[in-house]
Amino acid sequence: MEKRWKGSGSRERRGRSSSSILLALVLACATLITLDARTGTDSPLEPVRRVAGEAFGPVESVTAGVVRPFAAIPDYFRTRNHLRQDVRRLEAENAELRRTVNASDLDRNRLAEYDGLTRAASETGHDLVPARVIAIGSRQSFKHTVTIDAGSDAGLHADMTVLNNDGLVGRVIRVTSTTATVLLIVDADSVVGARLASSLEMGFLSGRGEIGGEARLDLDLMDDSIIAATGDVVSSWGSENGAPYVAGVPIGRVASVYNSPRDTSRRAVIEPFVNFTALDLVGVVVPRGTTSDRTVIEARERP
Amino acid sequence: MSVVRAVVALLVVAVALVLQVSLFPHFAWQGVVPNLALLVVVGAALVRGPEFAAVLGFVAGVLVDLAPPADHVAGRWALALVLVGYVAGRVRQDARPTASAVVLTVAAASFIGTSIFALSGLILRDPLVPVAEMIQVILIAVVWDVLLTPFVLPVVMALFRRMRPAPAQVAY
Repeated sequence: MEKRWKGSGSRERRGRSSSSILLALVLACATLITLDARTGTDSPLEPVRRVAGEAFGPVESVTAGVVRPFAAIPDYFRTRNHLRQDVRRLEAENAELRRTVNASDLDRNRLAEYDGLTRAASETGHDLVPARVIAIGSRQSFKHTVTIDAGSDAGLHADMTVLNNDGLVGRVIRVTSTTATVLLIVDADSVVGARLASSLEMGFLSGRGEIGGEARLDLDLMDDSIIAATGDVVSSWGSENGAPYVAGVPIGRVASVYNSPRDTSRRAVIEPFVNFTALDLVGVVVPRGTTSDRTVIEARERP
Repeated sequence: MSVVRAVVALLVVAVALVLQVSLFPHFAWQGVVPNLALLVVVGAALVRGPEFAAVLGFVAGVLVDLAPPADHVAGRWALALVLVGYVAGRVRQDARPTASAVVLTVAAASFIGTSIFALSGLILRDPLVPVAEMIQVILIAVVWDVLLTPFVLPVVMALFRRMRPAPAQVAY
């Protein structure tokens, strides 16, 4: 008898405590959302984010380092298909050799990437801090951000331009000592001042929140009478002190132009040069003479 | 002892989170990756019931919201995972759940979790995403989570079952 009473009583208590826990947690979430949503960039959660970044950054960095060589293998087979056939023809099924080829190809690709980045530095005339992408935000979060393995120790801070050897990647929105979070230009919240290379007309590029093969940006020109031509190159227009974007970084090519009868403007659709699904080595534009924990790729002095 | 349990639970969530952002993007399908943090919360819910899972969901959600490269308004994944933990814990029977029950729970939890996150984004306008795209992402996420269920859930459930407090402490 004693036990039954105790049992049903505790079950009732359990039910009540479970719904009060749920209520408390939902209220805690609502508080977090309110704190973070209302105050924007001066959010009281920014220091907490920084602490979380300091803790998770190095772990993500190590994980990415372990994963990278394995992740490069399918890419090798895709891009070097005929090379693989050659190897097969010459060496029959020599597994040992194929492994060697894999490794050396990875190194060669990596070297080519660094070469490209060095070229990008000398062409744009900016000093670059090289960094690798170590974490990518999932699309379930509807945000397109990545983490790179350079942070305030490497001389980075918020509102710096990030590019790779193809073109503009995004801007730094937050740093920890060893990592930085980059908002990609394809994110729906990203707006970049851009100009058409052919006419120097200025406009604003906004992301559509899509990556992959159909990654596109929308260009709204300030002057509605200008018609962008298909194939025209679009570059960043830049702002004072190069924050958040430096001038003259290629972004993409006009893929199509369409009219919107409702707001009587012409929108150009831009296909970005950068392949956002295969981001790896990137460069962050830093002011000349930045002290960094790694070698800064310096732009050669122009004669 | 309960401190050890809490630390282990936190570690499991942290590992899930790191794999989710650093390993799975290489296998992403249309940019969508399996939501490992959600799978851990569902596993905890099936073994330990709604209270534990809701608390774990809150912790996991806050970590997902704050760890880089997250940039959305903090608290949104926390809200989604708290509700997922609670709901998944409610459907638990006292007997061991069958494999099909686990898969169904994961599918429902994934749908509910991603939907709550997407809806909170609609309300907060953070960022403004077309509804058609949301539905596509939610459905792909469900497929991913169900695909990973046979690999993740048995491990997570076995772990949380081992960490369950001794039966004498449970009152009924």
